[in-house]
Amino acid sequence: MRLISISLYDMIEMLPAASAAMPDWLRFFTFQSPNVVYVLLGCMALGAGSGLIGCFSFLRKRSLIGDALAHAALPGVCMVFLLTGTKNPWVILAGASIACWVGALSIDAIVRYTRCKEDSALGMVLSVYFGLGILLLTYIQQRGDAAQSGLDNFLFGQAAAMVPRDVRVISLVSLLLIVAVVLAYKELKLMTFDPEYARAIGMPVRLLEVFLATLLVLAVAIGLQAVGVVLMAALLVTPAATARFWTHRLSIMLLLAALFGAMSGFIGAYVSYLGPKMPTGPWMVIAVTFVFLVSLLLAPQRGLLARWLRISRYRRKTLHENVLRTLYLLGEPDKDWQQLYSIDAMMKRRTFIPNTLAGVLSRLKKGGFVQEPVGGQFRLTESGILRAARLTRLHRLWEIYLTKKLELPSDHVHADAEEVEHIITPAMEVELAATLDYPEEDPHRKVVPAPVATAESSEDSQS
Amino acid sequence: MNLLTMLQNGFNAVFRADALGLWIMLTGSLVGVACALVGVFLILRRMSMLGDAISHSVLPGIVVAFLFTGTRNIIPMLIGAGALGILTVFLTDVLNRQGKLQNDAAIGVTFTWLFALGVIMVSYYAGHVDLDLDCVLYGEILYSPFDTWTFFGLRMGPRSVWIMGSISIANLLFIVLGWKQLKLCTFDVGLAASMGFYVATWHYLLMGFVSMTTVAAFESVGAILVIAMLIVPANTAYLLTDRLWLMTLLAVVFGILSAILGYGLAAALNGSIAGAMAVISGILFVLAALFGPKHGILCKKLRIRSWRNNSRTQANLASIE
Repeated sequence: MRLISISLYDMIEMLPAASAAMPDWLRFFTFQSPNVVYVLLGCMALGAGSGLIGCFSFLRKRSLIGDALAHAALPGVCMVFLLTGTKNPWVILAGASIACWVGALSIDAIVRYTRCKEDSALGMVLSVYFGLGILLLTYIQQRGDAAQSGLDNFLFGQAAAMVPRDVRVISLVSLLLIVAVVLAYKELKLMTFDPEYARAIGMPVRLLEVFLATLLVLAVAIGLQAVGVVLMAALLVTPAATARFWTHRLSIMLLLAALFGAMSGFIGAYVSYLGPKMPTGPWMVIAVTFVFLVSLLLAPQRGLLARWLRISRYRRKTLHENVLRTLYLLGEPDKDWQQLYSIDAMMKRRTFIPNTLAGVLSRLKKGGFVQEPVGGQFRLTESGILRAARLTRLHRLWEIYLTKKLELPSDHVHADAEEVEHIITPAMEVELAATLDYPEEDPHRKVVPAPVATAESSEDSQS
Repeated sequence: MNLLTMLQNGFNAVFRADALGLWIMLTGSLVGVACALVGVFLILRRMSMLGDAISHSVLPGIVVAFLFTGTRNIIPMLIGAGALGILTVFLTDVLNRQGKLQNDAAIGVTFTWLFALGVIMVSYYAGHVDLDLDCVLYGEILYSPFDTWTFFGLRMGPRSVWIMGSISIANLLFIVLGWKQLKLCTFDVGLAASMGFYVATWHYLLMGFVSMTTVAAFESVGAILVIAMLIVPANTAYLLTDRLWLMTLLAVVFGILSAILGYGLAAALNGSIAGAMAVISGILFVLAALFGPKHGILCKKLRIRSWRNNSRTQANLASIE
């Protein structure tokens, strides 16, 4: 134990010396420079806090409200500066919050009292308030106040210029946001997903909305200095949208969004540490958008790749089953499935692309559903007949259901049954047969194959 | 500086304008006209925030055009930014349809990413690119009259006036020629599609014109005034009428009014002209929302009151009988 502690102590002693020799990309991770640590902590706290709050506006389909509010904060920042003349982060925070609040109220009022739509309300508040902010900003600038220099950092953010005081504000407010969300989790959840029900059970929905708006306003207000008004929107929307790809549970989504936000803060701080010309805020946005793109492609269920795979797998299954059924229907008139059919004969029964059909047949052969005793001549195996008979049964059951229960004309049911035969589950099959009182003939007077497909049938159903 | 001098300054700036002031007001008005013409369709299709998105996301296109040509020549910039505008619309569409992402989030992700890219490019090429980031947001309309255009040795006046003039005419031609299609695609997409109109083509055409307008206006007035001019006058007009042609006309008028009065306000405060124009457009909207003849808040209140009185009188009459 003692040995280890000494060596650890030595290592810590050696760190500053070693870090001087390290390349920049490594020295970052020694966290020696206090300034680096401040920027890093500030960015990560901000990313986590805004990612968390962003989830709620995302789920309420109001993602862009953060964008509008961030712009609306500018006049508040300028106004408190005009009145107090300080750049104390708490004062700035108060000014930004008040202006955001007025902005939020304006959006609400426009939607409620005029015929303008919500998107217009957002855009108008965004541009007009921001215009007012710019007007005030230029007014302050031409008054020639020495202290004003840096006020325009609120446009694009200046994370690298963060001082301990700023970081303290950001971290405290982020912590506050996290605590607030944890404490009010159940209420916020219900209000987000089912406001009507929440109202019905006597929850103060209006109050909760105000509460949530306040949290959003706070998140925006702390982000202004670090990433600026324009990119604040990204820190609210993108982590939430990214997290949504991975889960459908709110608690996990919140965790992931906070994690992605913090991660982007880390990367942003890191990149701007390496390249002094590199702005932190935009790199945070680039980082979180990269995570978004990866999730969009690779997320297990909602990702593009997974969806494409699912679709192509389903298409392939459908195609296979259609080929099996074609062979089944060819043999059905004579109840003889020993006869061999060429690709051409199958094409006469049903339209396939010749190359595709050949590929499907060879795959079915591997699966043991089809035999090819002579080259180019095919027939069903025992298991192929069973599977095709079940499909035919489902097809005809569905046709009967549509004609009997939904009273569709019998010449309108085939196309629908073609789709549904691939989808019906065994449980549905049992229920369907019971509902229809175990029919033996379909609307086209063709026999419905028996459940375990010993298949006693006559003609086919293609009318 | 007291309030009276401020007022006087503003008044003088507008009504006793010098050549400089006239050019600035003309540029602003032309921005107002060009934006209002397409803005009307933008807000009716509930795509206001797409205008916001485009006006931000064209930044990388402008920077790339700048790096390639090394000049502030407008044609490459228009091409670069126009391409980015269309890309924004396209990416939003792809995220929405393929990625199953809700529309507002798709817009938010797309434009912030492109804008961040643009800001990074500007900071990276800070030595080579003579683009001031602040100007991107709030423009430098004050200097636009000094940037004159010389054509075969003739001094033709400020370049931005010519550019915005051509864009206004192009937009006017576009909505006049495509009036029927735009109108139907806006109000009844289903019917338009079933009548054989190319709905998607018109959508992208409109977006193309919005991008072009945004970019052209960008240089002289900045992103924020573009958003304001695109949607605020159109919404103000929307409060006053139910007829599309009248709404378009009113939007154009409000755009021009915002530009002229905004110039006065900027002169009074000695502040940003683009910012002041946006503020004036907002004030006009609030006035219309309060005092509009049909949809105004006060008129609705009065109508409700008179209706109540009326029904009370009738109830009284009924009880007498």
